[in-house]
Amino acid sequence: MDYLDYVQMTKGQRAVYRVTSFFKGIPGALVHFFQLVGFFIKKFFVWVGNGFKGYGSRFSKGDAGTKLSFLIMGVGNMAHKQIGKGLIFLAAEVGYIYFMCVFGMNYLSKLYSIGVQIDDAGTMVDGAIGSQRALYTKNLLGVESISNLDTLDNSNQVLLYAVLTLIVTVAFFALYIANTKSSFAAQELIAAGKKPISFVQEAKSFLDERFHVTLLTLPVLLLMVFTVLPIVFTIFMAFTNYDKEHQPPGSLYWWVGFDNFADVFYANPMKSETFGKILIWTLVWAVFATFTNYIFGIILALMINKKDIKLKAFWRTMFVITAAVPQFVTLLLMRLLLGDNTGLNAMWGTSYPFLSDALWARITVIVVNMWVGIPYTMLITSGLLMNIPEDLYESARIDGANAFQQFTKITFPYIFFVTTPYLITTFVGNINNFNVIYFLTSGGPSPSNYYQAGQTDLLVTWLYKLTVNSSDFNLAAVIGIIVFIICALGSLITFNMSKASKNEEEFS
Amino acid sequence: MTNTQSKSDMQTGYAAKRKLANIVVYIILSVMVVIWIFPIIWLILQSLRGEKGISTKYLIPHQITFDNYVTLFTDERFPFGQWFVNTLLVAIFSCIISTLFILMISYAFSRLRFKSRKTFLNFGLILGMFPGFMSMAATYNIMEVFGLKQSLVALVIVYSAGAGLGYQVAKGFFDTIPRSLDEAAKIDGATRNQIFWQIILPLSKPIIVYTALTTFIGPWADYIFVSYFMKDNSEKYTVAYGLYKMLENQTINDYFTVFCAGAVVIAIPITILFVVMQRFYVAGVTGGAVKG
Repeated sequence: MDYLDYVQMTKGQRAVYRVTSFFKGIPGALVHFFQLVGFFIKKFFVWVGNGFKGYGSRFSKGDAGTKLSFLIMGVGNMAHKQIGKGLIFLAAEVGYIYFMCVFGMNYLSKLYSIGVQIDDAGTMVDGAIGSQRALYTKNLLGVESISNLDTLDNSNQVLLYAVLTLIVTVAFFALYIANTKSSFAAQELIAAGKKPISFVQEAKSFLDERFHVTLLTLPVLLLMVFTVLPIVFTIFMAFTNYDKEHQPPGSLYWWVGFDNFADVFYANPMKSETFGKILIWTLVWAVFATFTNYIFGIILALMINKKDIKLKAFWRTMFVITAAVPQFVTLLLMRLLLGDNTGLNAMWGTSYPFLSDALWARITVIVVNMWVGIPYTMLITSGLLMNIPEDLYESARIDGANAFQQFTKITFPYIFFVTTPYLITTFVGNINNFNVIYFLTSGGPSPSNYYQAGQTDLLVTWLYKLTVNSSDFNLAAVIGIIVFIICALGSLITFNMSKASKNEEEFS
Repeated sequence: MTNTQSKSDMQTGYAAKRKLANIVVYIILSVMVVIWIFPIIWLILQSLRGEKGISTKYLIPHQITFDNYVTLFTDERFPFGQWFVNTLLVAIFSCIISTLFILMISYAFSRLRFKSRKTFLNFGLILGMFPGFMSMAATYNIMEVFGLKQSLVALVIVYSAGAGLGYQVAKGFFDTIPRSLDEAAKIDGATRNQIFWQIILPLSKPIIVYTALTTFIGPWADYIFVSYFMKDNSEKYTVAYGLYKMLENQTINDYFTVFCAGAVVIAIPITILFVVMQRFYVAGVTGGAVKG
C-alpha cells in the first residue's frame, strides 16, 4: 500500500484503512514494548557487570589503604589524607552494623514467615503452621474455639521493618561502593602528584558541582520513607493472606505465593468474575471519558475562539467557574440532582433511574464526566488554537478548502499532535478517576454477584472499597499492581503509536 | 456586469451564511452555559433554603434565609469551624513544604546535569504510575509506627512527601529559562546554589505561584486519605470528608441545606484561586508540549 493507493480510495475506504491500521499497530507496539523492557533489563545487567568490573579493578589496582577500605570503610580515605570524609564513612559502617545487630537482623530473620507465634505446646511456630494445628485440633475435638495461640509478633511490624531494613541495606551498599571509589580516586590523585580534595572543598562542592545532591537528598529521603516504602510494602502484601481474617496484632498473616493473583484471574469464581467485569468497564469508561471530553472540549474551544464571536472572556469565565468548584462538591451535588426521588426527579415528578440502573448509571457517569471535564479541555486547547500559524489557513483557503476541511486537515492534526502527551495523561487519569465514580454512584448499583463492588466501579474504586470497607488488603494490593501494569502499558503503547514517540529521547 | 453582480450575490450569500453560523454558535453556547451553570445556581439556592429536607418540587426556595450558614458554624454534631481550621493548617504547611520540594527537584532535573539524572527521572515516572492511594493501608501502618495515627501531621506528610513527583510542570518552566543566564553567572564566579536562589527563583514567580496554589488547593479537595486516616475521629476531619459525612443516610435530611452552605463557603475561595491561576495552568500543561 503506497501513497497513490491511499489517495485513490474513497472516504469510507480511508476511514476503514485508518481504523484497521490502528489495530494492526497494536501488536507491533506490544512487541516494541517488550523489546524496550528487554533493553532495560539488558542495560541493567550491563550496568551491574560494569559495576563488578570496576569493583574488581579498583581492588587489584588499589594500594594497601584502598584495599583495606574494602573491608573497613573510610580507612582508604584516611590513609590518603581525607580524614573527615574517612570518618564519615567509618561512622556509616559502624552505624549500619549496630543497626543490623540491634534491629535489622531480627526482622529480616522473621521475614520468611512474617512473624512467629507460640502454639499450645509452647513451641514457636509460624502463622501457617499454627493455624493448621489449630484447625487440626478443632477437627479432632469438634469444638468451635480452640485456638489459644499466643501471637508474639505483629506481622505488619515485621514486614514493615524488614522492608525498611532492606532499603537501608541498599543505601548502605551504595555508600560502600562510593567509599571504594572515593578511596581509589584519592589514591590516583596522590599518584599523579596532586593534592587530594580537602574536606572543606568537598563540603563546598555540595553548593556547586554537587548541588543536585543537596537539593535532592531531603525530598528523595521523604519519598523513600513515605512513598517507596509503602509501595514496596503493599507489593509484598499482594503475596500474603492479609485479609479480614488475618488482622494483626490479633493474628499473623503469612506468605501465600501467587494465590491472590490466581483468585483474581481464575481460582475464585466470584472474585475473578467481578474483576473481569470491572476491568472491561474501566477500559470502556476510560476510552469514552477521555475522547468525549477531548472532542467536545475542542469543539467548545473552537466555538468560543471563532472569529466573530463576541464576549469571549465571558463565555470562558462561565465554564472556568464550573471547573474551579471542588470536584467533591459538584459531584455530590450531581448525585442528589440525579437521585431517584431528589433533584430533577422531584422537580419533574418523574423517577428516572439516572444512577440506580446499571446502563443508565454508566451513561450518566460518562455524561456527568463531560460536564466536569470539558471546561478543562477547553481551557487547554484555547491556548493552543491561538498558536496555530495563520498562514496555514490562508494557503488552505487559497486552495479552496472549506471550513470543515480546514478543521480536519489543519486544526485537528495540529491540536492532536500538540496534545498527545496530554491525551495520554488524561487516559491514565481516567483509569484512576476515583472522584467521578465514587461521589456519583459509589460504584453502585451493586448486585450480589459482585465481590465488594458495583456495576460502575472502576478498578481504583474497587481497590478503595477493598481497603476501607472489607479490609481485603491483599486483594487491594493485587488490584493496585494490575492498575499499575495497565497504566504503564497504556502510556508506553500510546507513546509508541503517537508521533510523540519521535521525541522519546527528549522525554525519558 | 453580470459577472460582478453574481459576485456580490455570492458575497451576500456568504455573509448571510456566516451570520447564520454565528447565531447557531451563540445558541449552542448559551444552552451550554445554562447546563453548566445550573447545578451551581441550584447549589446556591439550596444553601439559602429555609425548608428542611433533601429536595423540593420547586427550584426557588419559598423561604430564603441565611440560617444554614449560621448552623454550619455553630452545629455541635458537625464541627465545620474546626474542620475549616484543620484544613487551613494542613493546606498551609503542605503548601510550603511541597512548593519547596517541587522547586528543588525540578530545578535539579532541569538545570543540573549529573550521572544518575535519567535513572531518577525514569524512577519518578514509574512511581507516578502506581495508583495514588494503593499503598494507603501501608502508609497508615507507617504513621502508626511513628505515633502519628489520626493526626493532622500525618496528612501534611502524606500530601507533601509525594509532592516531589509532580515536578514536570515546574521543570517545563525552568527548561524555558535561557541557559546563557546560568553560564554568565558561572563565569562571574557564582556557585550553582547562588544561581538557584538569586537568578532562577526571582525569574520564576509565575511557576512558584502556580505550584503554591495547586498544592494549597489539594488538601481542600482530598477525600480519600482523610477518610481512611481519620476514621471516626470527627475532630480531625478536613472539610471534604466532613461535608461528605453530612450526606450519610441518617443525617442527610436535616443537613442537606447545611451541606450546600458549607460547599458554597469552600467553593468561593477556591474558585477565586483557580481563576487566578488558570493562565499558569494552561501554560504549565502545554508549555513542554508546544516546545517539543
